[in-house]
Amino acid sequence: MAKSKPRVKVPKSASAGEVITIKTLISHEMESGQRKDKEGKPIPRQIINKFTCEFNGQPVFSCDLDPAVSANPYFEFNAKVNESGTFKFTWVDDDGSVYETENEITVK
Amino acid sequence: AFAVTGFRALPAMASAEDADKMVMDFTGGKAPESGKIMLNTPEIAENGNTVPVSVEVESAMEGDDLVDSVLILADGNPNPAVATFHFTAMSGSAAATTRIRLAKTQNVIAVAKMKDGSVYMDKKQVKVTIGGCGG
Amino acid sequence: GNWSRAAAQQALTEEDLLATKDFGNVTLVHITDIHAQMKPLYFREPSINLGVGEVKGKPPHVTGADFLKLYNIEPGSPHAYALTSEDFVALANTYGKMGGLDRVSTVIKRIRADRGDDNVLLLDGGDTWQGSYTAQQTAGQDMVEVMNALQPDAMTGHWEFTYGADRVKELVESLPFSFLGGNIYDAEWNEPAFEAWKMYDKGGVKVAVIGQAFPYTPIANPRWMFPNWSFGIREEDVVKNVEEARSEGADVVVLLSHNGFDVDRKLASRVQGIDVILTGHTHDALPEPVIVDGTLVIASGSNAKFVSQVDLDVRDGKVQGYQYRLIPIFSDVITPDAEMTALIDKVRAPYEKELGRVIGHTSSLLYRRGNFNGTFDDLFCQALLEEREADISLSPGFRWGTSLVPGQDITVEDLHNACAMTYPSAYRSMMSGKMLKDIIEDVADNLFNTDPYYQQGGDMVRIGGMGYTIDVNAAMGSRISGMTLLKTGEAIDPAREYAVAGWASVNEATEGPAIWDVVEGYLAKHPEVAIEENRSVVVKA
Ligand SMILES: [Mn+2]
Ligand SMILES: [Mn+2]
Repeated sequence: MAKSKPRVKVPKSASAGEVITIKTLISHEMESGQRKDKEGKPIPRQIINKFTCEFNGQPVFSCDLDPAVSANPYFEFNAKVNESGTFKFTWVDDDGSVYETENEITVK
Repeated sequence: AFAVTGFRALPAMASAEDADKMVMDFTGGKAPESGKIMLNTPEIAENGNTVPVSVEVESAMEGDDLVDSVLILADGNPNPAVATFHFTAMSGSAAATTRIRLAKTQNVIAVAKMKDGSVYMDKKQVKVTIGGCGG
Repeated sequence: GNWSRAAAQQALTEEDLLATKDFGNVTLVHITDIHAQMKPLYFREPSINLGVGEVKGKPPHVTGADFLKLYNIEPGSPHAYALTSEDFVALANTYGKMGGLDRVSTVIKRIRADRGDDNVLLLDGGDTWQGSYTAQQTAGQDMVEVMNALQPDAMTGHWEFTYGADRVKELVESLPFSFLGGNIYDAEWNEPAFEAWKMYDKGGVKVAVIGQAFPYTPIANPRWMFPNWSFGIREEDVVKNVEEARSEGADVVVLLSHNGFDVDRKLASRVQGIDVILTGHTHDALPEPVIVDGTLVIASGSNAKFVSQVDLDVRDGKVQGYQYRLIPIFSDVITPDAEMTALIDKVRAPYEKELGRVIGHTSSLLYRRGNFNGTFDDLFCQALLEEREADISLSPGFRWGTSLVPGQDITVEDLHNACAMTYPSAYRSMMSGKMLKDIIEDVADNLFNTDPYYQQGGDMVRIGGMGYTIDVNAAMGSRISGMTLLKTGEAIDPAREYAVAGWASVNEATEGPAIWDVVEGYLAKHPEVAIEENRSVVVKA
């Protein structure tokens, strides 16, 4: 499988106490485990099973994923920001791989 | 006028009872009430492989008025499980969107569990069509 | 028709059609679903247009004599000819062709002169750029040029998107007015892809126009042609845009919609704060607005056969009253605008010779519009069966396509008016009886689902070589019965494979000759067309 590449959209700045919208995408096949290959053999499941978003080390939002989540999982959610800091996004693959990315936000 | 291929071959379909059981497992046996949670889906899927699904739960998301989690199910998929969202006070609002796979026309179900243990449900039918034709 | 044509035309004057009583301070002019028809034409309204559930028997699901009775229209009158299928051939001979964008131009100029240029908004509901040979050849450029001359204030779209995303962007960027679509989103990041709404200052009144493109464009048409755009009804966005417009001071909120009539009727009942919905897509022509919880729903027909004029009296920040008329464009009565005639001639000039090439002759009425098989599609189905050596043929239930009256030559232009599109390949494939039934059931539900939000607004797929019975009120998946292979009289076997030919597949890389070549090939062998009324579809309503 091609290396999964996360992309996120986070505003660069916000005012204190503002609720902002965050959007994330990661390229991933989300192989459901229900398909068969050309020889009729089942293709083993391999999905992103967990997504988390933290801000300055505190949990903001997370999701447990089942195989019914589409390829290239997309999440849109909100976060309330009271101070400047760093968002950390983490995707966990069935194969144990962990994909991460971080974004800074300045609170004025 | 039609997409004559395109339906993925799938094993025997799960029943709506499986979905009911998953709801009960999530709520701890409590029957969910209606209201408070709004599930938003397209009426007809543009592509059964990627159907946008949004939920929003009425909540201040502070103090005791917190949404803990939201379970998403699809009652006509081989396995009804789709995803579970977990919120915190730092979520600001209990709203989230993702994209899901639907094997055929069916109901999408969203159940919200509040911090006080109360549970709410919303349900929407999404049509998965062969496509074609038009005005 | 009892009148001679000359007498009829004498009786009907341009002044009768265009003179207006002064009313209010803002005028909306609506035209929609032109389908690239610049020249006068025949277009027979449907003889069958079934409504299901709550809308059963309500306009626009009223046809023929019932329609005349409902709107108190004299049988045989000009309005009877324009608005119904009653006595169509005789009345077509009496009253002549309808439409023509040079006549439309005359009407719009007259409205602007009467009402004051600054008080008039011209709004185009979409399905404007597709549906003719020349539109196909120029990828919509001919229609853009001609419509620009009418100076619209905004448009929305549907079939426009079948020119592909790149071409749509190119044309939209070239427009001297806004292409509005609040329900079109970037499919990757879920962000608005088009301008949703726009405020216009007309005669001191602030008019907000919200655009609503056809919600099911990626389902009814090939999604692969515009993979990065997502549509949908998105009622919550309509609500949001109405609120935004009101908060920015709109006195009048107009939804310029390509939802289709029943979808817009439901929307009007659920969304507060819309004064007028200018609806499109389902090609209905109604002489009066349907009023839903105070919202006027206006249906302006198709093929440039009608122009709608909505005069609004707006005072103290709200609509106090309205005056409405659906203006039928009788092409022999309304003087063409010479400038527009010249422009139309110019854009058609490179193709004029080919457009006029005669490829057949018809002794029967050829029409498409109606819920089930029409004679024009029966000709297509016959051509597909023979030319592609199939057991069964399928022709999509499009609502565009002009009519030909008995005695007319069939020209290249006429043929392409019924099939000009960017995915014309006539496929031939093997399908099981079960798959055929699944397809037909699926299309039937898209048309007859009792919840309008689940309808796509076309007509039933037309079928050649096979008969069936349909119960439109039955549940999803159980409307169709009695599927019979006509050539043997045997019931369709779910397990057997049949050779099926059809056109307009939404699948990428569909193979086969273009449908116009198939039909032209058939006409070369059978130049004299006489289609009998189709009796192989039995409708239980
Ligand atoms: Mn149309
Ligand atoms: Mn349309």
